[in-house]
Amino acid sequence: MTYFLDDQIGSAKDRKVKLSCRNVWKCYGPTDSGIYQMRDTPERASAVAALRSSGCVPAGIDVSFDVHAGEIFVIMGLSGSGKSTVIRCLSRLVEPSYGEILFDGEDLLEASPKRLIEIRRRRMGMVFQSFGLLPHLTVLENVAFPLRVQGVDRQRRERRASEMVELVGLKGRECAFPAQLSGGQQQRVGIARSLAVEPELWFLDEPFSALDPLIRRQMQNEFLRLQTLLKKTIVFITHDFLEAIRLADRIAIMKDGQIIQIGSAAEIVLKPANDYVREFTRDVPLAHVLTVADVMEPYRGHLQTTQACSADLSLLDAMPSFAGNPEGFAVTNSSGAIVGEITASKVLTIFAESQERTR
Amino acid sequence: MDMFVANFSWAFGAISWLLSWPLTALQGVLQWLPWSVTLVAFTFVGFAAAGSRLAIFTAASLFYMVATGYWQESMNTLALVGVAAPLAAGVGFGMGVLGYRSGVARRLLIICLDLMQTVPAFSYLVPLLLLFGFGPVVGLIASAIYACPPMVRNVMHGLASVPSALVESGEMSGATRWQSFWWVRVPAALPQIMVGLNQTIMATLSMVIIASVIGGFNDIGWEVLSTMRKAQFGQSLISGMVIALMAMILDRISAGFASRVRSTVNTPTVSRSKALAASALLLLALFAASMLFPAMRQWPSEWRVYPVTQINDFLSYTVSHYGWIFAEVKQIVNFCILLPLKIGWLQLFNAMGYTISPVNQVAYWVAVLCAILLASFAWQGRGAVLVALVAVACFFGLTNIPWPVLFMVVGVAAWQAGGIGTACFSLAGMSFILLTGLWGPAMLSLYLCAAAVVLSFVAGGALGALAASNDRFSAFLRPVNDTLQTIPQFVYLIPVIFLFEVGDFSALIAIVAFSIVPMIRYTEHGIRSIDHEVSEAAIGMGCSALQKRFQIDLPIASPAIMLGLNQTIMSTLSMLVIAALVGTRDLGQSVYIALTKADTGAALTTGISIAIIGMVADRVIQAWVKKKQRQLGVQEN
Repeated sequence: MTYFLDDQIGSAKDRKVKLSCRNVWKCYGPTDSGIYQMRDTPERASAVAALRSSGCVPAGIDVSFDVHAGEIFVIMGLSGSGKSTVIRCLSRLVEPSYGEILFDGEDLLEASPKRLIEIRRRRMGMVFQSFGLLPHLTVLENVAFPLRVQGVDRQRRERRASEMVELVGLKGRECAFPAQLSGGQQQRVGIARSLAVEPELWFLDEPFSALDPLIRRQMQNEFLRLQTLLKKTIVFITHDFLEAIRLADRIAIMKDGQIIQIGSAAEIVLKPANDYVREFTRDVPLAHVLTVADVMEPYRGHLQTTQACSADLSLLDAMPSFAGNPEGFAVTNSSGAIVGEITASKVLTIFAESQERTR
Repeated sequence: MDMFVANFSWAFGAISWLLSWPLTALQGVLQWLPWSVTLVAFTFVGFAAAGSRLAIFTAASLFYMVATGYWQESMNTLALVGVAAPLAAGVGFGMGVLGYRSGVARRLLIICLDLMQTVPAFSYLVPLLLLFGFGPVVGLIASAIYACPPMVRNVMHGLASVPSALVESGEMSGATRWQSFWWVRVPAALPQIMVGLNQTIMATLSMVIIASVIGGFNDIGWEVLSTMRKAQFGQSLISGMVIALMAMILDRISAGFASRVRSTVNTPTVSRSKALAASALLLLALFAASMLFPAMRQWPSEWRVYPVTQINDFLSYTVSHYGWIFAEVKQIVNFCILLPLKIGWLQLFNAMGYTISPVNQVAYWVAVLCAILLASFAWQGRGAVLVALVAVACFFGLTNIPWPVLFMVVGVAAWQAGGIGTACFSLAGMSFILLTGLWGPAMLSLYLCAAAVVLSFVAGGALGALAASNDRFSAFLRPVNDTLQTIPQFVYLIPVIFLFEVGDFSALIAIVAFSIVPMIRYTEHGIRSIDHEVSEAAIGMGCSALQKRFQIDLPIASPAIMLGLNQTIMSTLSMLVIAALVGTRDLGQSVYIALTKADTGAALTTGISIAIIGMVADRVIQAWVKKKQRQLGVQEN
């Protein structure tokens, strides 16, 4: 019983699909290619189990999803779930065994090595969990490295690199070497480097997992700030469910090489696909995750409108409004038009249901 | 072989001619430069590598070479190193890259490397002499062969262990294969490669000295060797000191540059180029000055500091007054360790004129039986087998053990440690030795090695364990170890022979002095790298210091200790051949004799026999270590 703002869903649908991952498989070890044609059936499950016991590692099983332009798409899974393999398949750092990866309609798996280098040079950027900074180069040279690889002359690439260094807030550390920086600073360099070529697609592989909790939080804010500035199409990997719901427009949850559920944070929290997903939602502070739009109902006309609140507010931020209006109040969209209403009884029902589910 | 030489001599002649060019050129330059200029230049290099302390040390060492009048010889040796080291490093880098690229090449290379490092250099000097003709170029090539394995290994290891995220980040930047190799992989592996370069330089120097037995280049190794043969101890000590100092300078300078690569500390480039210009100016000024003052160009012979007579007097005084101490030590070791191992108690007593009555023999075996029983209670079956083996070996002597027994023992040990493959390899290797008729000398080698290894194992293990728990002792031991390991093996012989004269015992001491170092290092490292929490848990459970050491530390550190043992065996074998110069009668001596007779076949078969002993020991121990490490869940290092 949840409702979504029509225009919100509409915008996601209208947006262009930037990257599409279709039926991608990655198996390590000798594998009978017949299995790739199988769809999600009990027969396939037993075939995959047989594959595992024969010593092969199916790290990605029939993975399909679309990433829209300007969207933050988070793939969340525990270690060994195959999420790192999937993100590497997207850029062909790992060669998928089967499937299609369409980047603006072009199948990357068909691309020649030369074409692939061209795409990586101009249109993709990636941030790594262990930073992947070149230890023998300074901060500035590290950030300029992708441009150097393209053959951009020194003056131009260093100008661009110092802009990027400034963007991530490391101005003044240009001449330091990676070993002289803290973990958080190193990852800022990694971020600056991945953005130096102005990529359309931005891959982040557990970028903040190696950092302390406080720094992690700071970097997440920084990341969101950058995204509002740059509006990249992002695939973000994490093993931290709270990080996923904090950052994501949509989340894909992976387990044992398979995607179990794809949806917005609210969808996953309110309608977990199975017990495995439910287990993650247990510790989630509901009022943080849900927005007013997630719990509002059609406007019936009798609630007061003077203290109407905006639909994209989080439930937590809407709470104070109940102080003056114990029953409920109207909800408006960004242009101020009334789009629905929110009632105390509805909010309580949702909390109660969620409590019931996770018990 | 002769036919081969006859047909292809033009090719080898060409190579020889090609290599002699840079050699004579470099030699010419080093000889022509005034000593003052070279000295100051090296001092600058030392400063650039590791700061003022090394600069002072470098200046003092070079001045020693000048003052003792060995400048010319030193520069000749330096010229050999200067050509051989880049050659070895270049070839080594190429082979390392090849090995990194292709799995097949890597497997082949590893076998080659094992051979190159375990076959004693003396044995390939002979075919090289035949191929390339008499002269310093042979020494050059031998040095390059001997010195390139560390480079190959380090390059392979360095390139392969670049973190994957680094390579991926390069690929995601759109680097081509070439860019990703030269801009990402090689720079990231550079610290490891520099370690290889350091080892290669040291190996080159070591080999250049050994290769001087060929003669004909008037280098410092030749000087040491010829004075040693003439029993001129003062001279050989002074010139040996030159080698030691040169080794230390080269080591510290290359290690200094290596660690600077590693630390990647920000150095302002402007001031570096300024310093470079300033030092170049100073060198030019020095050069001009040395043209005016001949003393700065060539050290006047009347200023030569050469305290040979004093040293010789002092030495003969020491030997005549305290010689009995050395003689006693020698006798004790000879009778307690060396002879029983060599010929066994039975023959030993016979030789001394006693016959051991059957009753006594029975008593010995009863005692042995008791020991075996005791051992089987204390350490289970394996301990009992070990005790039995030692008892049998001591009774009959290692050299008298019939070959089937040894085949069986080694075969079973190899099979236990590394499975059927290792066992087959060991048996095949031993058959080779048996069939080539080298069993006798091989057993003599084995006995000398065994004695040296046991001594090193016990003493080195004890020292290492002590160093692990005592920081001050460790700090004291480290430079001693460094020095022992940098000095070319050859130099060890000098003090040994004059204190103990020629013979097995002198060889033993020289070998132990050289091969004890890895044992000390690995034991200390193994114990020190034990997880802190494990030690704390042991202390928390109330272990006494001794209990902790024997029941916690040593078992956990055993893989590292066994690796140390492995290195010790390898060093022992490599030292064996050099120890032949002080009169042993084993495989080393056979190689040396083959060298003097220019007998290619004999040199190669004997050399390979030594290599086989080394490789069998290496395979068995490595297999054991792998097994143990897996058991303990330790990462391979």
